[in-house]
Amino acid sequence: MAVGTGGGDRMTVEELRELAEKEKTRQQEHKNRILYCSAAGCNSCGADATKAALARSLKENGLDGSCEVLGTGCMGLCGEGPLVKLQSDDTLYQKVDEGAAKKIVEEHLLHGAKVKENLVDTTAPFFSSQQKIVLENCGKINAESIEEYIAVGGYEALAKVLTELQPIEVIEEVRKSGLRGRGGAGYPTGLKWGIVHKAKSEQKYVICNADEGDPGAFMDRSVLEGDPHRILEGMAIAGYAIGANQGFIYIRAEYPLAIERLKLAIKQAERQGLLGNRIFESQFNFRIDLRIGAGAFVCGEETALLRSIEGRRGRPRPRPPYPSEKGLWGMPTLINNVETYANIAPIINRGNAWFASIGTPKSAGTKVFALAGNIKNTGLIEVPMGIPLRKVIFDIGGGTLDGTEFKAAQTGGPSGGCIPKEHLDLPVDYESLATVGSIMGSGGMIVMDSTSNMVDVAKYFMEFCKDESCGKCIPCRVGTVHIHGLLDKISRGEATKDDLALLEELCVTVMKTSLCGLGQSAPNPVRSTLRYFRQEYEQLLSKPVDYVPSADGRTTDNHL
Amino acid sequence: MSQQPTTTKGGHPSGDNRFKLLDRAITKNQSRGDALIEVLHAAQGIFGFLENDLLVYIARSLKLPLSTVYGVATFYHFFRLKPKGEHTVVLCMGTACYVKGASGIQKSIEEHCKCKFGETTADNKISLIQARCVGSCGLAPVAVIDDNVAGKLTGEHALQRIKQWQSEPEEVTA
Repeated sequence: MAVGTGGGDRMTVEELRELAEKEKTRQQEHKNRILYCSAAGCNSCGADATKAALARSLKENGLDGSCEVLGTGCMGLCGEGPLVKLQSDDTLYQKVDEGAAKKIVEEHLLHGAKVKENLVDTTAPFFSSQQKIVLENCGKINAESIEEYIAVGGYEALAKVLTELQPIEVIEEVRKSGLRGRGGAGYPTGLKWGIVHKAKSEQKYVICNADEGDPGAFMDRSVLEGDPHRILEGMAIAGYAIGANQGFIYIRAEYPLAIERLKLAIKQAERQGLLGNRIFESQFNFRIDLRIGAGAFVCGEETALLRSIEGRRGRPRPRPPYPSEKGLWGMPTLINNVETYANIAPIINRGNAWFASIGTPKSAGTKVFALAGNIKNTGLIEVPMGIPLRKVIFDIGGGTLDGTEFKAAQTGGPSGGCIPKEHLDLPVDYESLATVGSIMGSGGMIVMDSTSNMVDVAKYFMEFCKDESCGKCIPCRVGTVHIHGLLDKISRGEATKDDLALLEELCVTVMKTSLCGLGQSAPNPVRSTLRYFRQEYEQLLSKPVDYVPSADGRTTDNHL
Repeated sequence: MSQQPTTTKGGHPSGDNRFKLLDRAITKNQSRGDALIEVLHAAQGIFGFLENDLLVYIARSLKLPLSTVYGVATFYHFFRLKPKGEHTVVLCMGTACYVKGASGIQKSIEEHCKCKFGETTADNKISLIQARCVGSCGLAPVAVIDDNVAGKLTGEHALQRIKQWQSEPEEVTA
């Protein structure tokens, strides 16, 4: 048995199952498992105090032997934290402060009476309209315990792959499932794996892009905090499929909790022999190291990310060659997003046909969204692809805040666009979002109501892109500054019709001539707000008179 | 820089013990040049900010040109080349916070402190920092006030904390 015998012992499939059984028995010994959400959202509204109050109250009532209090990943309803769940009868409580925690123990646990004030209706559309694959373990298992992950079938997929499948069969399985990159662009994952598999090289790398830089997006962080082993397993399967023995997770320094949990998860997996040499007694070796980013949005672009891992300034380079041919230190490299890796284990376990049956024919599976902005239920949701936007915003999200009208939903962050209310019935998938000038993006969805000014929103995103431009290519470095200047001029009410025309022209130039995705997509928020809310721009233009140069010789580009 | 480090062996000529900690981090990465970002993270963790002298020391230890080290340190937002104030307010300017009125809070704090975000007040008491997104969008608008996340923030609440700091007596620094 590998357990307890220390570093690097190899585990067999039988031992994995044995460990799962052992953990299940241990869990059954505890009559009640009290789960509290320990993700960043709930943490910041006092989850630690809630936990302490629960533990104290259990002890006072002599229940500490039969109950255990566990921290889990995100439970989804981030705006109503701290959240507490009783696993035995699946009761979810919201806004659990110290007083409520005491009540839950005394009334619910001791007397079986649910605490009505804090009860969450889990039959509400917020829960029933969701379908969880990526987040299936988030909020259900202790994120800091490998045993709990194994007890819910963790590392079974890796065992199956290593003992039953050839690398090419694994790639075929992923290809047939129809999984597409969840980082935003939606490149077919199986195809990408196939290219790296075919590349001839002694050394290959697997990279997980966890540099979630879009403002308003926190899906990847939630997965890493709530179910870190899922990512490790997905990466190891990818490593086997493409023939790599080294993986890197590139994660933002702004996510200290996710970093801590990943470090712990890697250590646990190594100790159990699930990472390291000859995993499951096969010839496959795989190691994973963390690389901490340092706050540069452009590093989410894959070639910039590679440079950053190499310890240099994160500046993109022209493609081709693509990283799948020449990546990290010139070696073929597979780069996928966190959510993509999180989908791998379920696909292997349940088969490609099951995965392909979810969502739409062209966009299979589910997508995790971070729902925020002027909406009632903010939080983390996972929905099948192709779900109408209206359902996401009004059923799951509960609509806009009282007394305001829905105006637009912004997806894709600074690279995306706005979806106005006339497109509310649009199915949410890669192709449909592109037809209305937005993108799927990594999953941030910000709802704006009648209080949001669209010119300001565009200016906000352009300020972001202007600051984050790495400065390597001129269209992006100079273009974003000029676009921002023009928007500023418009919002101050000093712009003319000509400025608006110049703005549109500049957007096209920056989009067509920038080197990397940052610049190419930077004008998207402007173009999309112009497309749907042009009247808001026009209202701000100064009197539509023909342009006359002013006496002091200032020209139309005096916004600088 | 008054002191020029002459050697990378045996710590820093100033005898500052913190360099020993840094050396340990460098050795852990086998003095590899591609570990520069890791080493800078470690250095900032130990020293609080990256002084020029420190960058020179790192460049020599990793056998990299100083220009590369300086280039990387200034490229990434996370690295600070100036000391931080006694207290910090990190205001999130993510989309969700923006939509919920973070810019109004920003304005009121800036007016009160007479200092812009990205700077430290003249008395070195408070550093105002803008964050891209701290990822607590459900609680927008959010600020991280001295390492504690404050959700559903209002301008008054933020100012209250700041006024509290300002009324504190000067801390005696060793």
